[in-house]
Formats: sequence, C-alpha cells, structure tokens
Amino acid sequence: MSDVISLPFSLFGYAPPPLAWPLLWGLAGVIALLTLGALAAALLPLVRPGRDYSDLKARVNSWWVMVALLATALALGWPATLALFAVVSFIALREFLSLAPARPEDRLIILGSYLVVPMSYGFIAINEYGIYLVFVPVWVFLVTPFLMAMAGQTRNYLQRASSFHWGQVTCVYAIGFVVFLMRTPAHLPMPAGPAGLVFLLLAATEFNDVAQYVWGKLFGRHKIMPTVSPNKTWEGFVGGWASTAALIWLIGPIFAPLAGANLAIMAALLPLAGFAGDVTMSAIKRDIGVKDTSHLIPGHGGVLDRIDSLTFTAPLYFHLMTFFILHR
Amino acid sequence: MNLARHAFLRLIARPLARFLTGADVIGRERLPRAGPAIIAANHTSHVDTLLLLTVFPPGVVERVRPVAAADYFLRGPVIGWFSRTLVGIVPVARDGGLRDDVLAPARAALAAGDIVIIFPEGTRGPANDELAPLKSGVARLAAAFPDAPVTPVWIEGAGRVLPKGAFLPAPMNCTVLVGEPIRWTGDKTAFLNALRGSLEALRKTAPPQRWLQEAEPDPPRSSGEVGGSEL
Repeated sequence: MSDVISLPFSLFGYAPPPLAWPLLWGLAGVIALLTLGALAAALLPLVRPGRDYSDLKARVNSWWVMVALLATALALGWPATLALFAVVSFIALREFLSLAPARPEDRLIILGSYLVVPMSYGFIAINEYGIYLVFVPVWVFLVTPFLMAMAGQTRNYLQRASSFHWGQVTCVYAIGFVVFLMRTPAHLPMPAGPAGLVFLLLAATEFNDVAQYVWGKLFGRHKIMPTVSPNKTWEGFVGGWASTAALIWLIGPIFAPLAGANLAIMAALLPLAGFAGDVTMSAIKRDIGVKDTSHLIPGHGGVLDRIDSLTFTAPLYFHLMTFFILHR
Repeated sequence: MNLARHAFLRLIARPLARFLTGADVIGRERLPRAGPAIIAANHTSHVDTLLLLTVFPPGVVERVRPVAAADYFLRGPVIGWFSRTLVGIVPVARDGGLRDDVLAPARAALAAGDIVIIFPEGTRGPANDELAPLKSGVARLAAAFPDAPVTPVWIEGAGRVLPKGAFLPAPMNCTVLVGEPIRWTGDKTAFLNALRGSLEALRKTAPPQRWLQEAEPDPPRSSGEVGGSEL
C-alpha cells in the first residue's frame, strides 16, 4: 500500500495534490460519526417518543451535505477549497451586512464591501501572505469609514463603520486562514499534507460545537452565560472542551506536525476559541434581536451561525501552527 | 408552458434570487399549490417579483403570473417580450378608463386556473415605509373569485437590494413570510382591513432586514467647528 493516492485527472491543467491515507481514514471517521447521528435521529423517536426530533434529523442531513462539499474541495486541492470558502465568506458577509445597523446611504458601501471577498481571497490565490495579513485589518479598516464619510451621513457613523469592519474581519479575513493552510509550502513537515491541516481544524472545531451541544443536552444544569446564550451550560462547555481536547490529543499528530507541549497547547486552546467565537456571535445576534442569521442550512440556521466558532478557531489554529513550525 | 420561461426561471431567476437575497421563505407550506389563487404582497422593489417567482416549486410556478402595469412593463418591444414571455406578467392598464375593465386580464388568468400575484399598494414604496393604503383591485378580484384563497405575503428587505430608481442591485438577505390565506367575506372594507392586518402582522415577525430607523432627533449642533485641526 503506497502512502498516497493520486486522483486520476487534472483540472484545467492543475493536478490535485495526492491525498494522504490519513485523510481517507479521517473521512471514514466523520462518516461513522454522521451515521451514528442519523441512527440517533431515527431511533430516538422510538426509544423516547413524545418529543420533536425533526430538528436533529435536519441537522444531521445538513451535515452530510456540508461534509460532501468539504471533502470534495479538499480532495481537489487549494483552488477548489479557495472557491468553496470564498462562497462561504460571501454568504456569511451578506447575512451579516443584512442585519448590521445601516442607513440607506450605506447601500453602495455594502455593495462595495463584497469586493473584499475576491480581493482578500485573491491574495491567497497569488500567495501574498504579507499583503493578506494587513489588507482587511488595516486597509479595508481605513478605507471603508473614509468612503462612508464621503457619502456624508454621520448619524450612527461610528456604530455603522465598526460593525461593517467587524463583518469584514470575521466573515472574510478570519475564514480565509482556513484556505491559507492549503498553501503551506510542501517542504514543511506535514504528516497528511496541507489538506490534513485543514481537516484537523475543521474536524476539531465542528466536533467541539457538536460535543458542547450533546453534553449540554444530556447533562446541562448550570447556565454559563444566561444573558448572552441561555441554552449554554457549564456542563456543555466543560464536556465539550474535554472531548475536543481529547480528540485533538488523539488524532492531532496524524494530521498535523503536533507533538508534546505544542500538541497540549493546541488541544487546550482550540476548544476555548470555538466556545468564544460561538458566544461572541450569540451576543451580536441577541443585540440585533435574531436567533439565526438566515435559514439557509436546515437545522443549523445561516452560514454565519455555522461558522461562528470557526471565525475564532481558524486564526488561532493558523498562527499557533505557524509559530510551532517556525520555532521547531 | 413555454420552454423559454422555464429555462429563464430555473437558470436565471432562481440563481439570481439566491445570490442577491438568500431567498429565505417562512411558511412555504401555506403557498397555494393550484389556481385559481391570489397572492397579495407588499411592494418595494422589482426584486419582489423575482423572489415570488422563485418560491414556488416546479409544477406550480408554471401557473404563477404577476399582475403588472402595462404602461411600464410593455413600454418597448424588448422589455415587453421579456415581461410577457419570461416573467409571464398579466398586463393591466394603470390609467384605465372603465374601472372594472382594467382587471379583465387578471380575471381571465384566474378563470384559466392561474395563481395571480398582485401588489395591492399599486406601486413600489421606499424600503422602510409603512404599508401604503391598499387599492381596491385585490378586493374586486377576490369578489369575482370568492373561492380563490388570497394569500398575504410580506417581503422583507427587497427595497434595500434594489430600491426604486437604483440601477445596481446590492446583495442583502431578504425574507419572504407567507401568511394564512384569507377569503372574500362579502365586504370590501372588511376584506381590505383583514388583508392589511395580516400583512402588518407578518411584518412584525420578520427579521430586522431594514435600515436603521430615524429614532432620535438630530443632536444639537454647536456653532463652532467640531474637531477642527486649527489650534
């Protein structure tokens, strides 16, 4: 059995990188977990009838679609992954800008804000890491409020300008780090290639979301942030944190160059970042007065609801990994 | 149904509506599955029509026809072909002389078993505005077809995507909220009040996909320049 499998075709002259075996095992693990979820959704109504399990069923069904999209993109390599996440960023940004405080004068600013998506992802495509790092946090940050000043409406100016930037950073810049992992130079040590780095990030982040939800549903008693997210409990948080830390500890070294103290730091911090991203978005939604940012993904809500934890875990994971690799 | 309209709805209208608005629908199961039926919606943008053409499943959308002003939508051969063949409008004359004849094409469509979309405000209003007074045409249509359900639909956010007079659409999420169908009660005022009440109730449950409201008055201005750099 060889170490890698090559896809038997190329895409517009671009040959997808060979897939490492761990990725196929990883995918098999995800499919096993999803099958477990589907079984739970099918059996729970028989075991404990009387409650509505349609939400669980919708959630699991949506997961199948999301996993299929992600697996295909990762298998096809960085251009497909970039395209997928650019679409994710666009939809999330559209959801955010539609709920953010805005005035009629902001319509063209909002239209122009979408240019941040192709530009930011464009810097990933041409591998300009230095420009990518400062483009949204510095240049978009400076130019957007200036254009708003040109438009001349100063009512709620600071509130509007800062929320636009909040959306640009979380929906576009932070999510872009997922794709930048795919551009990791090949000479760096990666046990399962760049796609392995992305797989570990996504698997750990989403596992954390699900684990918090399941622990909370099963044992949740004590509310952790009742004014922000009334359904979140200490039991869900601690159970999710411990489960995800254990998962990273177990599978981390298979997919990423993590060992010893580095592995322990990643295992401890990533679930915390996931929780932080989740409750930060909850605070914003509570402020605006909505439960979900849209109804695009049955059982989950909007794209922004799905990627809220990823907006925090992606930059953390990327920068920790960079630090670990550069300070080997 | 003609192939051009089918291709237009599937390949252009639906993807465009999804791209521009996300096309969220709440209460889709309350939409009529067969004609004759009337959809009564608020109107702030051409995006309203685009959205309403994409919320119906295939097999039903073939029968969906928006009532539209002939003077605007048939004003040239190209736009006329687009409106008739692709959008499938029922043209009505806004300035019409004999009041009842104006709606004859809409009655014919209902008689043929179509689902007719009507914007009872009569024209597009600004995005944030309250519902304009409802014109009586919808009541006369309902009176002519008392068995046809009148389904109120509130469309939130379309007036921000493409307001009246704007050329470039700005993608922003919209939500289509479908209410419980109401029926002709025999009284025009009561019917219009019921429709208006239903539309306003739907609006209250819509996500806040609207511009910031003018809540507070202008802050008092001092006579001197604020934040000037000349010290």
